[in-house]
Amino acid sequence: MSDDHGHNPRPLSDVERRARALEELLTEKGIVSGEFIDRVVEAFARDIGPMNGAKVVARAWVDPGYRQRLLADGSAAVAELGFGGPEGDHIVAVENTPEVHNVVVCTLCSCYPWPVLGLPPTWYKSPPYRSRMVREPRALLAEMGCEVPEDVEIRVWDSSAEVRYLVLPERPAATDGVGEAELAALVSRDAMIGVARP
Amino acid sequence: MDGVHDLGGMEGFGPVEVEPDEPTFHHDWEGRTFAIAGGALGAGGFNTPMFRHAIERMDPGHYLTSSYYEHWLTGVATLLVEAEMISCDDLDARAGGFPLSRPVSDAAGDVDVATANETARFSVGDPVRVRDVQFAGHTRCPRYIRGRRGVVARVDAAAPIPEVEAHRRERVLDPNYSVRFDAAELWSDASEPNACVHVDLYERYLESV
Repeated sequence: MSDDHGHNPRPLSDVERRARALEELLTEKGIVSGEFIDRVVEAFARDIGPMNGAKVVARAWVDPGYRQRLLADGSAAVAELGFGGPEGDHIVAVENTPEVHNVVVCTLCSCYPWPVLGLPPTWYKSPPYRSRMVREPRALLAEMGCEVPEDVEIRVWDSSAEVRYLVLPERPAATDGVGEAELAALVSRDAMIGVARP
Repeated sequence: MDGVHDLGGMEGFGPVEVEPDEPTFHHDWEGRTFAIAGGALGAGGFNTPMFRHAIERMDPGHYLTSSYYEHWLTGVATLLVEAEMISCDDLDARAGGFPLSRPVSDAAGDVDVATANETARFSVGDPVRVRDVQFAGHTRCPRYIRGRRGVVARVDAAAPIPEVEAHRRERVLDPNYSVRFDAAELWSDASEPNACVHVDLYERYLESV
C-alpha cells in the first residue's frame, strides 16, 4: 500500500515532505511511535468503516426492539453490536419515513460518526457540500442522485457540537424474509449520511 | 471567528464532486498524518477545540485549496510549535518550507467564562433566538444562524463550552440543544419549501423569544 517505494521513486510532493518532516521529528523525540501510527492506520483502513453502520441498520430493520433502542440512545445501541470509540460518545440515529428524509452535514469542520461510518469521504469534507447542504438540500440531493419528492420534508442535521448523526434509512421494498446479513449488504455509506437511498 | 471554515450557506463553490469507491486514504501520508495528529494531540494535552481552532487559523487561501489531511497536518504542527515541543526551524529545514496557521487573535483572550451549568433552561418546543455573538476566537455557533429564530427539538447532556476549552483549557459545562430552524427563517425568499435545518447549540448561544 506504500506509494513511496519502487524502482523509480517519484519525487515527494510538498505536502508529503511536510508530513514526513513532522513524522520524523515526532518519532525521533519519542512523542509518537511508528508502531502507534501503523496500528491506527490499519484500524481505520480495515476495521472501522460503513460496514459497521450497515450492521446497525440491518439489525434495526429486523428487530423492532433494537430499532426502538437505537432511536432512544444511539451510542448504547451501537455498543450492543460492539461498536464505539472516538467520535462515538453521542450518536443519535434519525429515522427516514415516507414523510421525512434526513441528511447530515458538518458546516464548521467535518464531524462524522467514526465508529459506525469510519472516516468521511472527501466530498463530505468539501466546501461545496458543507456550504450548500444547509441552503439548498433538495437541489443538492437531486444533483447527487437522490430525488426527494416535494411532499417529503427534508431535515438537515448540522453536527456542530457533541452529537454525531446516523441516518436510519427506510427498509427497501420487497425484502420480506431477507436475512440480516443480506440486508446489511444493501446499506450504503451514502444512505447512512442521507445522500442516497439503500 | 468569522473564518472561511464557517461555510454554511456560502455560495459559489459549484458542484459536489464524488469519487466512486474512494479509498479511506489516498496516499500513505494521509493515514500517517491522521494517526500522528491523534498521538501528538494526546501527548501535548491539546483538546479538540484547540485543534479545530488551529485549523480555523490557517491562511484562508491555504485552507480552501488544501485537503482535509493537509488541514490536520498544518493544525497539529502549529500547536506543537506554539507549545515549543518542536521548532519551526526544524520543520522548515526538513521540509523546505512548512506553512503554519496564524496566531490566536489577542481578542480571543477575552473569553466569557461562565459558571458551569448543567440544568437546561429551555425545554423541547421552546422558541429561541440565536444571540448575535461576535467572538474573535473559536466558537461552534455557525454564522448562518446568528440572530435567527428556531425551536428547541432536543435537549442533550451538558458539555464543555468550546470557547473556554479552546482558549483557557478549562472544561466548563453548558447544556446542549438541537434547535430546528425553518428554511424560510434562514434563507428567506431563496429557501426551498418543506425543509428545515437542525443545529446543535450550547445554551450560552441562545436567548428566549
